[in-house]
Amino acid sequence: MTSALKVENLSVEFDGETIIKDINLDLEKGDNMAVIGPNGAGKTVFLKALLGILPHQGKIEWAEGTKLGYVPQKIDADRHLPIDLENLLAAKADVLGVKKSEIKSVTDVTKITEKILKTPVGHLSGGQFQRALIAFALLGKPSVMLFDEPTASIDQTGEEQIYELIHELQDKYGITVILVSHDLSVVYKYATKVLCLNKTGLCFGPPESTLTPEVFKKLYGEEHKYVHHIYHK
Amino acid sequence: MALLAAAAAGFVGAFALMKRTVLAGDVMSHVAIPGLGLAIIWKINPLIGGALTLFIGALMISQLERHSSISSEAAIGVIFASSVALGALLINSKEELIDALFGGFGALSQGEFVFGIISGIFIIAALWHLRNKLIISFFSSELASSTGISLGWLNSWFFIIFSLAILLGLRFLGALLAGALIIVPASAARQLTHSLGSFLISSILLSVLSMIAGLFISQAYNLQLGPTVVMVASAIFALSLFKTKR
Repeated sequence: MTSALKVENLSVEFDGETIIKDINLDLEKGDNMAVIGPNGAGKTVFLKALLGILPHQGKIEWAEGTKLGYVPQKIDADRHLPIDLENLLAAKADVLGVKKSEIKSVTDVTKITEKILKTPVGHLSGGQFQRALIAFALLGKPSVMLFDEPTASIDQTGEEQIYELIHELQDKYGITVILVSHDLSVVYKYATKVLCLNKTGLCFGPPESTLTPEVFKKLYGEEHKYVHHIYHK
Repeated sequence: MALLAAAAAGFVGAFALMKRTVLAGDVMSHVAIPGLGLAIIWKINPLIGGALTLFIGALMISQLERHSSISSEAAIGVIFASSVALGALLINSKEELIDALFGGFGALSQGEFVFGIISGIFIIAALWHLRNKLIISFFSSELASSTGISLGWLNSWFFIIFSLAILLGLRFLGALLAGALIIVPASAARQLTHSLGSFLISSILLSVLSMIAGLFISQAYNLQLGPTVVMVASAIFALSLFKTKR
């Protein structure tokens, strides 16, 4: 298996305050890495550093030829913007220089209908919006996709559909996935690696062997209720 | 050239509306007033004077924002008010003051005409070239960055295009109203249209229509050009409000 990403001693600071520090990990191609941690742990900042949106110290080494796709946690889309999803996808296709036919393949795989394509972006429902963001990220055929809590504003059924979609993308396109999630059942169901983050990296490795009660205590500050469920079933 | 200036203003206005910076046009045109005054005193082309203070004003605003504790709105307010006052003091003749504020410095010189045509074409071509990057940035600046778009560079270019559109408008509409052709037709177009393509086209058409009608009416009734054009645009906007929401 070849390396997709190597991170060494990654740190991010704002105005002299350290947000995350000394993160280390080694991800292989095709891995699905879940990033877990409490609120304020720095998970979004970590993703943005990986994307190159935020300045950082330490080393981030992507495999050669890596193309990134990003699905952010939320966007306060202006309800009044006269831009529909089709305009947005066409705009990215033009900027990246990809063929318009690629728009059809990303909307097919994300099950985005013609009607949704013609809907102004500020009027899309939670689930439609999330699929729109995934379609947007898929344009340009990324080899790695970064998701920041992709189901934060979606109901239970919608949640399952989104995770199934991500799983399908991995199977179909061999995409490496980095996913920030609060949902531990998702971690155990889909993730091949997990990174525990609370300002610094508290664990890294396969979930079954890495997520011990001690790790949870360090991460969340108390024994997490899920641990009882997993370890006492 | 007036029509080209109107088309450029309409096109810029559509993007400025989406970017939520339409009012900046109003402020910037006021900042050009002292420049017009200086141009009269030094007997140079008003466009040069206007451009000079526009540039200085923009620089002062960004420096104030960065180095003082007042908000950018307050900084803009201070520069805005002092520019109008300074301009009024510099321009001694009442007639020339009216011309500076409301447009109409007599016939266009050849240099102005050439500058106007080149600027108008540049504005439209540049905006068309940047339209997709701008669209993505209006939706989300994070997604724009992750798509490899340099936001600083994009905003700088938009600012240059925007300033040129104001400069073009200064000549016909005067400093008080140059921003109006950026704000009003785009707002009317937004009321009337539902898709991006039709919004952009309508914004241009309504701006050009306001200019044509304004030219005719001001000639026919011997009225000042600037206010006439803006009143036509405002009337169109008022009519657009009658269109019921879908």
